Amino acid sequence: MFRFLLHRGGQALVAAFGVVTLVFFIQRLAGDPTALLLPETATQADIESMRTSLGLDRALWVQYLDFLSDVVRLDLGQSFVQNAPVLEIILSRLPQTLQLAAGALVVALAIGMPLGLLMALTRGRLVSRWIMGVVLACQSMPTFWSGIMMILVFGVWLKWLPPSGTGTLAHLVMPSIALGLLSLATYARIVRSAVIDELGKDYVRSARARGVGTGRLVKHHLLRNSLIPVISITALELSQLLAGAVIVETVFAWPGLGLLTVQSIASRDFLVVQAVVLIGAFVTIGANLAADILYSVVDPRVRLTEPS
Amino acid sequence: MARSMSLVRTGLSWWPALLLATLVLFAVFAPWIVPVDPDRQNLLGRLKPPGFEARGHVFWLGSDELGRDVLSRLIYGARVSISVAFLSVALSGVVGVSVGMLAGYLRGTVETVLMRLVDIFLSIPAILLAIITVAVLGPGFINVILVLALTRWPRYARVAYGQTLALADRPFVTLARAMGASTPRVLFTHILPNIAGPLLVVATLEFGLMVLFEAGLSFLGLGVQPPTASWGSMLSTGRSYVASAWWIATFAGLALFLLVLSANLIGDRLSDQIGKGR
Repeated sequence: MFRFLLHRGGQALVAAFGVVTLVFFIQRLAGDPTALLLPETATQADIESMRTSLGLDRALWVQYLDFLSDVVRLDLGQSFVQNAPVLEIILSRLPQTLQLAAGALVVALAIGMPLGLLMALTRGRLVSRWIMGVVLACQSMPTFWSGIMMILVFGVWLKWLPPSGTGTLAHLVMPSIALGLLSLATYARIVRSAVIDELGKDYVRSARARGVGTGRLVKHHLLRNSLIPVISITALELSQLLAGAVIVETVFAWPGLGLLTVQSIASRDFLVVQAVVLIGAFVTIGANLAADILYSVVDPRVRLTEPS
Repeated sequence: MARSMSLVRTGLSWWPALLLATLVLFAVFAPWIVPVDPDRQNLLGRLKPPGFEARGHVFWLGSDELGRDVLSRLIYGARVSISVAFLSVALSGVVGVSVGMLAGYLRGTVETVLMRLVDIFLSIPAILLAIITVAVLGPGFINVILVLALTRWPRYARVAYGQTLALADRPFVTLARAMGASTPRVLFTHILPNIAGPLLVVATLEFGLMVLFEAGLSFLGLGVQPPTASWGSMLSTGRSYVASAWWIATFAGLALFLLVLSANLIGDRLSDQIGKGR
C-alpha cells in the first residue's frame, strides 16, 4: 500500500509540475506578458516597473524558475484591478462555488442513480429506451440554455424562485439543477452499466433462484456493489463541476470562482484567471489521486496489478 | 452485408442523422435561405415578439435588441457553430491521432514523453484551458478553432494510443514491418484503418462538445465577435433580455440543443454498433 501511494503521489506531483509549466508557456504565447498582466489604464512607468519585477531581461529559464517557485510558495501575485493578493480574492469566492458544486452533486446523485438503476432493471424494454433518451437530452443540454429557461419559467413567469443572485437556499435551487444535469447523465450511465454487470453474476442468479425478490436484491446486493464506480466517478465529477461553474455562475450572477474568472477576463485581470486555472487543475489532479486511493482501499486488486 | 442488414433492423434511428443533415444544409445555404440580411438593424422594431411584421417581412421568431431578425441570425449562427466544431474536431483529431499512434507504436521514451504530455493537458479542466488561452491570444474565429484543438487533442491521443497498443504486436503489423514498411506506412495503411471505428465515435461525440464549447466561449464574449451571428452570443443577449424578450434565448438554445443532441445520438448509436461488431 505504501509503495502504491508513493507511486501515485509521485505521478500527481509530476502532473502538477507539468500544469504549472504549461500555464507559464501559455502566458508567454503572446510574447511580452506585461500587456496581459497590467490593466489597460497602466502608465508607461507601471509597464517598466512590471518588466523589471518580472525580470524580462533575464533568460527565459530563469523567469520560469521564478514563476515555479512563486507557485510553490502559493504566491499567486497581486491583482492590480482589485488591489488585493490574488490568493485572498480566490479564497473569498471559493465557498460560493463549493456550495453550488455540492448542490449540483446532490441533484445529480439523487436523480441520476435511481434512473440508472431503473434503466438496468428494465433493460431491453421500451421504458429503458425512453429513460436513455432523457439521459441523453440532459447530456446535450447546454447549461446556459437550461439555466436561462429555468429563469424564464420559474423566475420571471411563475415567480416561484429568485431569478438570480445569492443568499437563501431558494437561490441555490436553479443553479444546482442547471449545473447538475450533465453529471446526472454520467451517474445514470455508470450505475446502469455497473448494475447490468452485477445482474449477470452468479450470486445474483443464485439469489434469484432462492426466491429473493427484486427489491431485496437491489437493496442488499446491487446498489452496494455498484457504489464503487460511483465513488470514484464523484472525485472526477468535482473538476467537471468546477469548470461548468464558469457558465452557470455567469447565467445566475452567482458570485463564485466562475463569475470571478469571467469578470477578471473583462477587466484584463490576467493573474486571477491564471490562478483559477491553476487551482482548477490542482483540484482535478488531487481528485484523481483521491479516486485512485479510494479505489484501491475499496478494491485491493487494483494495487496488485499496479507496476512498481 | 449481414451486418448492414442488422444495422437497419435494429433500428439505426434515422432522425438524428436527418436533423444533423438539415442543420448542415441550413448552414451551407444560409445566404439563399434567410428571409432578410441577419445584420440589418431596425431600431424601431427592437425586441418584437415572433410574428411581428415590419418593412414588408414577417419576423417569424421575433427581433433582437437591435431589431435584427432572430430567424436569419439563427441560420447564420449555424454556420459558425458547425464550421468551428468541424474544423476543431478535424485539427485536434489529426494531431491527437498522430500523437497517440506514434506513442503506441514506437513505445519507449517517445511513449513516456507524449503520454505524460497528454496527462498534463487532461488535468486542466478543458473549458478553463480554453478560456485562459483565448484570454492570451484574443478572441476570433481562427483563434477559437486553434484553442479548441489545443484543448481537445489529448482525448483522441488517449484512444488512438490504447487502440494502437493493442494492435502493434499483431502478426499483420509485424509482417509489414519485417517486409520493410516505414513507420508512417505502417501507421497509416495498417493501423489507422483498424482503429478508425472507435476514433469516429470519439470524433462524433467531440463534435457535440465542440459546439457547446464554441457557444460557451461566445456566451462569455470570448468567441466569434459581433456583429457575426453566433448562437452563444445570442444566448448571452437573450440572458440580458430574458424578462422582456423570451424568444431570443429560447430559440438560440433550442437550435444549439438540437445540434448537440443529434451528434450525441449518432455517436451513441455508432458506439453501440461498433461494440456489437466486435
